[in-house]
Amino acid sequence: MSVDLATVKRVARLARIAVSEDEAQRMVGELNGILGFVEQLGEVDVSSVEPMTSVTPMAMRKRQDTVTDGNKAADVVANAPATTENFFMVPKVVE
Amino acid sequence: MTELTRLTIAEARAKLSAKEISAVELTDAYLSAIEAANPAINAYVTVMPDKARDMAKASDARIAAGKAGALEGIPLGIKDLFATHDVHTQACSHILDGFKPKYESTVTQNLWDDGAVMLGKLNMDEFAMGSSNESSYYGPVINPWKAEGSNQDLVPGGSSGGSAAAVAAQLCAGATATDTGGSIRQPAAFTGTVGIKPTYGRCSRWGIVAFASSLDQAGPIARDVRDCAILLKSMASVDIKDTTSVDLPVPDYEAALGGSLKGMKIGIPTEYRVDGMPEEIEKLWAQGMEWLKDAGAEIVNISLPHTKYALPAYYIVAPAEASSNLARYDGVRYGLRVDGKDIVDMYEKTRAAGFGKEVKRRIMIGTYVLSAGYYDAYYLQAQKVRTLIKRDFEIAFANGVDAILTPATPSSAFGIADEDLASDPVKMYLNDIFTVTVNMAGLPGMSVPAGLDHKGLPLGLQLIGKPFEEETLFKTAHVIEQAAGRFSPKKWW
Repeated sequence: MSVDLATVKRVARLARIAVSEDEAQRMVGELNGILGFVEQLGEVDVSSVEPMTSVTPMAMRKRQDTVTDGNKAADVVANAPATTENFFMVPKVVE
Repeated sequence: MTELTRLTIAEARAKLSAKEISAVELTDAYLSAIEAANPAINAYVTVMPDKARDMAKASDARIAAGKAGALEGIPLGIKDLFATHDVHTQACSHILDGFKPKYESTVTQNLWDDGAVMLGKLNMDEFAMGSSNESSYYGPVINPWKAEGSNQDLVPGGSSGGSAAAVAAQLCAGATATDTGGSIRQPAAFTGTVGIKPTYGRCSRWGIVAFASSLDQAGPIARDVRDCAILLKSMASVDIKDTTSVDLPVPDYEAALGGSLKGMKIGIPTEYRVDGMPEEIEKLWAQGMEWLKDAGAEIVNISLPHTKYALPAYYIVAPAEASSNLARYDGVRYGLRVDGKDIVDMYEKTRAAGFGKEVKRRIMIGTYVLSAGYYDAYYLQAQKVRTLIKRDFEIAFANGVDAILTPATPSSAFGIADEDLASDPVKMYLNDIFTVTVNMAGLPGMSVPAGLDHKGLPLGLQLIGKPFEEETLFKTAHVIEQAAGRFSPKKWW
């Protein structure tokens, strides 16, 4: 499988990365290089093979669904580019 | 003062506890060395002299009070991927501009709890994506090693290039690093240092900026095998905050050193004899087998038939996980924001300006392979191949193999801005051909320096072990180190 310019632009949109026409053009070649490289996986017979879902065979540890931390609103927003009264500020999203 | 920076962690530990030197003296010696060397080597992206001296003073007080921890007064460098409270933590990316977390990663907290001193944060490939440390927003790290008779700047490897270079140039006693596809072992091999990627789940990932969560694992880079063992003992822990952290006691790795290899079976995988492998790497590998045989181990040929599929499977799994993990950088909660005409425009402009080329490339690949209609063909297929790669190792171990010996890298360190590598991302990816299988299978892997090539540059051998049998790797690597000796660069900076 290979990608064309329109696919690259669509994927960039999905990934929320603005790309210029030049960048998109360059990415077509780069992505096709990588996709060409991974193509060889198709030759492996994986019938009756389970996909790996856990690196170490173990049951995921769970904890009680209780509050263990909190009251740190100032810490949570400390690194945000724009805040007001411990809220994150974003451009207007509803007209 | 420079004499102090030559001490290994074990040597410094002995001198500190005998009160022959103070932690403040040791820290000052490293701070001076960093000041002199960093403009040339660029291993540190931030140095914390005041904090380091305060921590060293506290160490001296604890030593005087007879309350010294396992790493009391030992000055360490920390990879910029580890969250450190109120200290620069940017994964060497522009998108995390100004980020100073209000929390501490479990691994670094463990080190401070044991008395270690933080010198500063170390350079790395942006978001740990790279094999040359050239994708850092803070510019490349320069390898302290140069080829004989040449002035050309070489890469230290990546992604933990700052960690490896700082250890090799004696700008810290040891360093933290992380390894997703070879990012501890390849730079260790390129700089004549020792690095171990422990079993997945051995070190907590909590507070480490995530790249590919099913592959990422923290580990140390140090000057010798003993120092690596000392550091890993402190870094590793069981952590309730990381659900993949494994509930097993942390052994005393140092105690494994000096153990006999009698009766051990060392596997030599046929598939690691790749086309075009330089003859001197073949020779080094054969030499490694001889050393282990002399120490009483039995050398057996093994087959890991799916080896060649590890790298292509990695370049689906890792970017897929990265595209998901890096979705959080949106200009809202931390780091860089570039304003736009609406919120989506702001996201797109922020991410376009904040991520470097290699990171964008991997997010794009990851987004594509996870997108509707392609998931089964790429991601699911890769995860099935991953099961087969792991099974290869399980069969070898079930047949009685205790550890596997391979070369660490297909070459010694290459030049900065190598045009051939820059023009073809896949060529750069091939650097990890011997290391990536270990991440895919979640196994422990260690790189130990074994010799110099014809250019006088260090080469490493890799040992791969069974899950949670890091002690076997330390014991075996120690035998190689005893036979090969240790390697230090000639100071030019």
